[in-house]
Amino acid sequence: MNAGADVEGLLRVLAPQVLAVLVRRSGDFADAEDAVQEALLAAATQWPDEGTPSNPRGWLVTVAARRLTDIWRADAARRHREDLAVAREPAAPAEPSSMDDSLVLLFLCCHPVLAPGSAIPLTLRAVGGLSTSEIATAFLVPEDTMAKRISRAKQRIKASDIPFRMPTGDEWTGRLRTVLHVLYLIFNEGYAASAGPQVTRTDVSGEAIRLTRALQRALPDEPEVTGLLALMLLTDARRPARTGPHGELVPLAEQDRTRWDRALIAEGVALLTAVLPRRAIGEYQLQAAIAAIHDEGATAEHTDWPQILALYGLLERMTGNPMATLNRAIALAMVDGPHAGLAALTGLDSRLPGHHRLDAVRAHLLEMAGDPNGAITHYLRAAGRTTSLAERDYLTGKATRLRTL
Amino acid sequence: MKYLIMMTHSPDDPVQDWTPDDVKSSWAHMQQIHQEMTEAGELIAAEKLAGPEATKIVASDGVSAPVITDGVYPEAKELLAGFWMVDVDSEQRAIEIAARTSAAPGPGGAPTRKPIVVRPIMDAPPPEW
Repeated sequence: MNAGADVEGLLRVLAPQVLAVLVRRSGDFADAEDAVQEALLAAATQWPDEGTPSNPRGWLVTVAARRLTDIWRADAARRHREDLAVAREPAAPAEPSSMDDSLVLLFLCCHPVLAPGSAIPLTLRAVGGLSTSEIATAFLVPEDTMAKRISRAKQRIKASDIPFRMPTGDEWTGRLRTVLHVLYLIFNEGYAASAGPQVTRTDVSGEAIRLTRALQRALPDEPEVTGLLALMLLTDARRPARTGPHGELVPLAEQDRTRWDRALIAEGVALLTAVLPRRAIGEYQLQAAIAAIHDEGATAEHTDWPQILALYGLLERMTGNPMATLNRAIALAMVDGPHAGLAALTGLDSRLPGHHRLDAVRAHLLEMAGDPNGAITHYLRAAGRTTSLAERDYLTGKATRLRTL
Repeated sequence: MKYLIMMTHSPDDPVQDWTPDDVKSSWAHMQQIHQEMTEAGELIAAEKLAGPEATKIVASDGVSAPVITDGVYPEAKELLAGFWMVDVDSEQRAIEIAARTSAAPGPGGAPTRKPIVVRPIMDAPPPEW
């Protein structure tokens, strides 16, 4: 059992390193990725019983290279024979640039030519070392569907002729932003899935945290990378408290704060404290700072809303994102009263047309303002518009409770 | 994002009245969309349902014997004929698939313009929670 878990952890770390070696040698990302998957599978079955080889990375490189040769042989008509040379190279000892190479892979998989729906599973497989089956289970689609999506993503990268190297110069900032966005989406997918009926879903948010940790270790001087890691930890810390015994959603103000993960909060706050003074504020740092303020309130009543209001104001100006405006309205209501919050919502109808969150916030503020009928109308409208079952139950429940008051 | 894309029966223009060529080109059109969604890793499931004649409508109070109605023709146009369950990047893409399905050729090669229903499938709560 333990041996299996240890092996799994080791394989996840080695997966991108081994893949990078194969891609460097072969120049064929798509086939090398398939070969590495098969080598990982072989290791996952053999190592727990037979013991981990003394040079696990070399073992994986050898097996994957052999497998790559097989793949190419099967495809020989379209291949040049000299490509087979890749398999003749002796299994290399650990190469010094392995961490850098994992990064190159991450930047390759989170490439803007891929829509997030493709970049996410490709990243989880090629960099995270998850199997197609695990990813398919996590996203609740058939394995074959996921296999096709990953294969299409690899073809896309191949067709785009993206060089296997770190982006430089002007390209760097944009590419890093894409990488962070994909990691953020992976985290959100997993975090969202951990509420509600699908509790058996693979721990995708844990995987996002692991990858972001590795990225932060490699790029300690990029404040937004640290900001994103802090945001993930500070959000994940609340996970145990955000659902009730029947899987129902518990809003932040009503969560049992003793169930929050104090170690994660401490780590998130420490990361943020180290990075904020650098004055290279970005949206992840701001969101993390807001999460930290929530997490540090001893009770919901002790939440430092004026500070949250100021941070959402910054976020709104920085991103122009209507969701920031929406959240700022909540903070404003907590500081200056519900009418101020409601006034801040005007103008959002055209920017978030038909969005259930706008109705939900409006309902909440109307309830605060002592207008139960208005609140009921908007709770029900939000319930009709959300595509989340757990959220619909919550919103319908709010309306029902107001009706029976 | 997951969607159910649904097509209903067309009692006014039953496919058995079409010429074989019309049926063939309609089928080829649908097959192409199906193939494209499969290769893109978007298709989760697709099924065709038997016709109104094979349909039973069941209602019960849980106590007495259920009331079973055989294929009800006046209501046939409300009946689902088939569906695609897809996982796509955006609502826009789901709509695009529906539009192409609606534009499938019918008798004489003219687009059927059949109304296609696109409905989101309920999902996990958004990350604000």
